[in-house]
Amino acid sequence: MSAGAGMPLAEALRVLRAARRDTDVVIAAMGAAREWVKLSDHPLDWIFVPSSMGQATSLGLGMALAQPDRRVIVLNGDGGMLMNLGSLVTITAQAPANLVTLLFDNGVYEVTGAQPTPSTPAGRAGGDAVDFAGLARASGFRSVYRLETLEAWTGRVAEVLEARGPTFAVLDVTAMPNAGGPRSPGPAPERARRFMAALGNRSS
Amino acid sequence: MFTGTEIASLLQRCGISHVVTVPDSTVGPWQDGIAGAGVTLVRVCREGEAWAVAAGLYLGGATPLVMIQCTGLFESGDALRNILHDWKLPIPSIIGYRSYLNQDTLPGDTCLVFTEPILDAWRIPFRLITGPEQYDEMADYLAQCLEDGEPGALVVAEGRA
Repeated sequence: MSAGAGMPLAEALRVLRAARRDTDVVIAAMGAAREWVKLSDHPLDWIFVPSSMGQATSLGLGMALAQPDRRVIVLNGDGGMLMNLGSLVTITAQAPANLVTLLFDNGVYEVTGAQPTPSTPAGRAGGDAVDFAGLARASGFRSVYRLETLEAWTGRVAEVLEARGPTFAVLDVTAMPNAGGPRSPGPAPERARRFMAALGNRSS
Repeated sequence: MFTGTEIASLLQRCGISHVVTVPDSTVGPWQDGIAGAGVTLVRVCREGEAWAVAAGLYLGGATPLVMIQCTGLFESGDALRNILHDWKLPIPSIIGYRSYLNQDTLPGDTCLVFTEPILDAWRIPFRLITGPEQYDEMADYLAQCLEDGEPGALVVAEGRA
């Protein structure tokens, strides 16, 4: 997508927060993590900060495989997605029905000052855009969506979350060039211990 | 050096539930034996992915192991830094040590130069396995890593690329 188009990220996340089940795991990375922590303090939030950029989809896959009866929702950015496009194929090879990937596409590396990504018209010699939904479809995702406006997302959020997975939805969001990067909400190992305790399968 | 059945038996002894892997010519042929023993294989597209997939499995209550070649270890740097050191998740691994036994295929293979220093640089404890007589030692080492909640690697000598 082009930088500047799309829905406000925070508003898109508010829609998700309202639709989220109490048992859902939400894995948030980069810009989505920065905004999600302002909206949610759920014990099953995995704020993936610090992260290795691009690995949110992979971590979500592992979580979904280990917790097949629980919905796992990954909040990823387009820059992170580009760093790990192979994970689309890895996910569909395992085909977890409980995994939902939401790609918040703003066309830029927002946390570093909004430089264009190689997938957006401003970052490509031909001025075209990469079709993330098409990539997901070609990789074998069972349910694929593209939501361009807040109204569309609000109207279809339940359908997206309830679809038979693996599910991939692209949400066009407005870039926030001065928003900065996400901040860790606390020591990572301690947060990992609390998260595992909240899942109830490991106490340490 | 080992069959897939032998590796599967070792993994089962240690309670490994998932093997997250990219194959090479030594560890790849183990896949059938591992899957046949009921350990779930997760095939990833590149090795950096493997650590995050394993992390998700571990957080979700499973007991995963990463199985890759040393070249994939080199590729994995930032992912394993984040998972093993930032989050301190004790993901064990089996790492094939390319060209250790001979360099017939790749004379002068720089895997011999970099593998052990890279493991040291990433502060991954490891046990070098150079012969089948170390089978029980492998099992004991992996079990100890799991019991201690520490990452550790079984570095298995290979002779082919």
